[in-house]
Amino acid sequence: MAVCNLADRCEADVAIIGGGLVGLAVATGLIKKNLKVVIFDEADVAFRASRGNFGLVWVQGKGDTCPEYAKLSRLSASLWPELGAELSGSTGIDVQLEQQGGLFFCLTEQELEQRVQMLEAMKQQHQGDYPFEVLDNAALKALVPEIGPTVAGATFGPLDGHVNPLLMMRALTKNFLAKGGCLVNCGPVEQLEAHSKGFGIQSGDQCWQVDKVVLAAGLGNKQLAPQLGLDAPVEPNRGQVLIAERVSPFLKFPTSHIRQTNEGTIQCGDSKEDVGLNEGTSIEVMAQIAKRAVTLFPLLEQAQLVRAWGALRIMTPDGYPVYQESESHSGAYLVTCHSGVTLAAAHAGPVADWIAGEGFNLDFSMEVFHANRFQL
Amino acid sequence: MPTDSSFKRLAIQSRKNLRVWVEGRPVEVMEGDSAAAVMLAQGELPTRTTAVSATPRAPYCMMGVCFECLMEIDGVANSQGCMTPVREGMRINRQQGAKTLKETSALDKNSTSNKSSKNNTLNNNDILNEANGQDTAIEPKRTVVEDTL
Amino acid sequence: MKTHYDLAIVGAGPAGMSAAVKAASAGLSVAVFDEQTAPGGQIYRSVGLPALIDQSILGADYYYGAKLVDSFGRSLSNSQVKKSSIGDTCCNVDYYNSASVWEITADRQICVSLAGRSSCFQAQRILLATGAQERPVPFPGWTLPGVMTCGAAQILLKSSGLTPSAPLVLAGSGPLLLLIACQLLRAGQSISAILETTPRENQLRSAKHLFGALKGWRYLVKGMRLLAELKKSGVKHIKGASQLQGIAGESGCIDAVSYLHKNQVSRIACKTLLVHQGVVPNVQLGRSIGLKHRWSDEQQCWHPDTDDWGESSDSGIFVAGDSAGIGGALAAEQQGLLSALQISYQLKKLSKTERSDQAKPLQAELSKQLAIRPFLDVAYRPAKEFLNPADETIVCRCEEVTAGNIRHFVKDGCTGPNQAKAFGRSGMGPCQGRLCGLTVSQIIAEERSVRVDEVGYYRIRPPIKPLNLGELASMAKETS
Repeated sequence: MAVCNLADRCEADVAIIGGGLVGLAVATGLIKKNLKVVIFDEADVAFRASRGNFGLVWVQGKGDTCPEYAKLSRLSASLWPELGAELSGSTGIDVQLEQQGGLFFCLTEQELEQRVQMLEAMKQQHQGDYPFEVLDNAALKALVPEIGPTVAGATFGPLDGHVNPLLMMRALTKNFLAKGGCLVNCGPVEQLEAHSKGFGIQSGDQCWQVDKVVLAAGLGNKQLAPQLGLDAPVEPNRGQVLIAERVSPFLKFPTSHIRQTNEGTIQCGDSKEDVGLNEGTSIEVMAQIAKRAVTLFPLLEQAQLVRAWGALRIMTPDGYPVYQESESHSGAYLVTCHSGVTLAAAHAGPVADWIAGEGFNLDFSMEVFHANRFQL
Repeated sequence: MPTDSSFKRLAIQSRKNLRVWVEGRPVEVMEGDSAAAVMLAQGELPTRTTAVSATPRAPYCMMGVCFECLMEIDGVANSQGCMTPVREGMRINRQQGAKTLKETSALDKNSTSNKSSKNNTLNNNDILNEANGQDTAIEPKRTVVEDTL
Repeated sequence: MKTHYDLAIVGAGPAGMSAAVKAASAGLSVAVFDEQTAPGGQIYRSVGLPALIDQSILGADYYYGAKLVDSFGRSLSNSQVKKSSIGDTCCNVDYYNSASVWEITADRQICVSLAGRSSCFQAQRILLATGAQERPVPFPGWTLPGVMTCGAAQILLKSSGLTPSAPLVLAGSGPLLLLIACQLLRAGQSISAILETTPRENQLRSAKHLFGALKGWRYLVKGMRLLAELKKSGVKHIKGASQLQGIAGESGCIDAVSYLHKNQVSRIACKTLLVHQGVVPNVQLGRSIGLKHRWSDEQQCWHPDTDDWGESSDSGIFVAGDSAGIGGALAAEQQGLLSALQISYQLKKLSKTERSDQAKPLQAELSKQLAIRPFLDVAYRPAKEFLNPADETIVCRCEEVTAGNIRHFVKDGCTGPNQAKAFGRSGMGPCQGRLCGLTVSQIIAEERSVRVDEVGYYRIRPPIKPLNLGELASMAKETS
């Protein structure tokens, strides 16, 4: 199936492989430049980290061992209001962006101490320009009265926020189609080849000739990248997510473990497991997530679960993204990260500029995100 | 009060009579009834409003499939009425919109004790109170509905 | 508490009960998990302790179930059902009532909520006998209070002796519609009208299956008796009604139903509207553990792939009764027995010859019971307006998503039901798609002009039964 508004159906300036949040965000930026863009997406059942995530636009604590990543996250968070406004303007869909700060909970004093040490170190690294607050249980209770009595405290990051990731997907897709983008979703890309000029791509009954290609296929990049002289050493890391029923609002801040959506549903999840491509759930991990949730908010004991699932994060060995143009195949780009929500505004902005050939015009270097770093 | 929109009871085999509270009113019911059946017998339609758009709903399938019969039973909001057999002293209220979470300790004592006991009987004090007509001690609290609104 | 069994059965309807008795008599230890308070399933609900004094209302087919419940009761080790006389039957069945199975894990742990606490059980074989549910009947106004299924009315009759508030209208298609109409009439209830929505062309199409159905002539006779009973009662019986619509009164409850008949739109006042469009397998548990399913064009629903013994695509997991495909209560009983024989054979309690010898009469009986199905499936195939409803109709009742919304998602690039969740929350409410899954897949298939098979179904996620975070949290081991 293809949803297509291009007059010339089989040629495009840029093909993006992967119709998740990363691919769609990059497409949003490219299509604004009046480029012809086609996105190749898988069918109904695929791994789709874009649907398994928490919707956090998160800054605090990110990039503690990579100042450029901290800067990129912060830049993207600052560009988000513009992206949100743009999407709601062109599609009428409010992605429910809220950036009133976020809480990272620490159950024990020891956890809190470690957390504060890490954030203090980041503050120094960024010459004091790294805002956060430390809250003990009493201070936390003043902010979120429903917090459990045994929770040691939290750190508060004023730049943190969240969006509704499903509405975000919807708005990005709608905006892309409305601006003349073409969406090919008949399954995985079966053939990808570099021609003397440009690239040929085949998926199902669709054959395309494009000038540039962006690999934004999440875990699929691992197989695709070597075909274009790139390296995407990504591995799945499973996070289990519990969703509870819609309840009256009680938690206005996004947090490290629990989020209440605008609809009222509760998302809980903080697990990390290396279990390959297994998307399942396990009772023990689900129970631990639930236990942590009710320790944080005892009133959650009465919340009925609606569903639970495992989603696969897309992780590089150091956890940081890869942005790289192929040296052997000019015009082929690799974009992979595990924070597709937070970084969406950066992807629609500076990253799209770079793919369009305008380079990065940032006050920090993006060279660190080269995959060469893994070949040491 | 049963209204003309209430379901009617045919002649049935003798069963234990129980007393439950529907929207704060004492009501005689039969052992074997579900909480949803009691609401239908009392003509208490609609039994809930939705969390999405506050539109009225009522029991639909009566077999645990549709989740339309969500109601507040012994203080626990969003309970499946058709899957909950009546117990002596049970408090059944309509569900208004989204559930408001309360800590388990703040729920009706009645509900927690009932959940863990197999016989599902009330404690003696409650039965005595009822027998003496001293309903005040177990008068259902209506605060949940107000909290939501 | 015992947590390991040879066989665990989910559901205590005819298939579950008969399988339990048979497996126990072969020497297997059996656990039966039943979400109801007493055995019988929906078809024989409350039959162990029937509510109504007048047995003529529900009829002999219902009370037949008492025999099954009784023999089931006699094989129980823990007698929650009254134990009459313990005969020579092996008492090796543990019956857990009010027990909801909320997940079967990849390593075959059966997670069960019992009185607000969850436990995990294990068994060498698992039999899903989760029965049927009524086919969702989407039409404008089906969410109004006062609109219920015919099955719901029958449950109220069986377990509480309650009859619906009047004025009462019945609308839809299928044997159960006629049966409940007769049962309510026998109970003295007045019915304002029966609106039959069965498309007229079904009659012609079903005629070619009539000869095959003769083997199941008892069903045909029963059907004709019901029709005669309705005719004799003088109840208004309108055939070929379409464009059903529920109309709300001031209270927000249903006040009237309108329909098209012979090019004329009419309206009948009602306080209760009972609807029905046949029954479909309850596949929620099988789906949640990833059993293979295929689309049945005949029954317009999903069937799990099973062999002649009911074994699914996942070896060691069996499906019997209506949850494997609609065959009715008597067929379910035979299917339960057949699965039990195969399981007993696999677990070396029966030789191959013993299994096959015992199976022969059961298979013959089963084929007799199923002979009527091809005829019924065609004769009562729902009208298109219920399979692929008009744009304004709500299809996902929980999240209030309309048929038009789904069609719009397809235009925006949504290829299947799982994307439809992400596009607009359909299937993401507490019923977990039970009331919209069939419809959403069918709408998408129609919009894309592909087979429903190709579109697929929602991925069903645990827990498939209500479970609160507190109960789940209490299952955490103390270590971390």
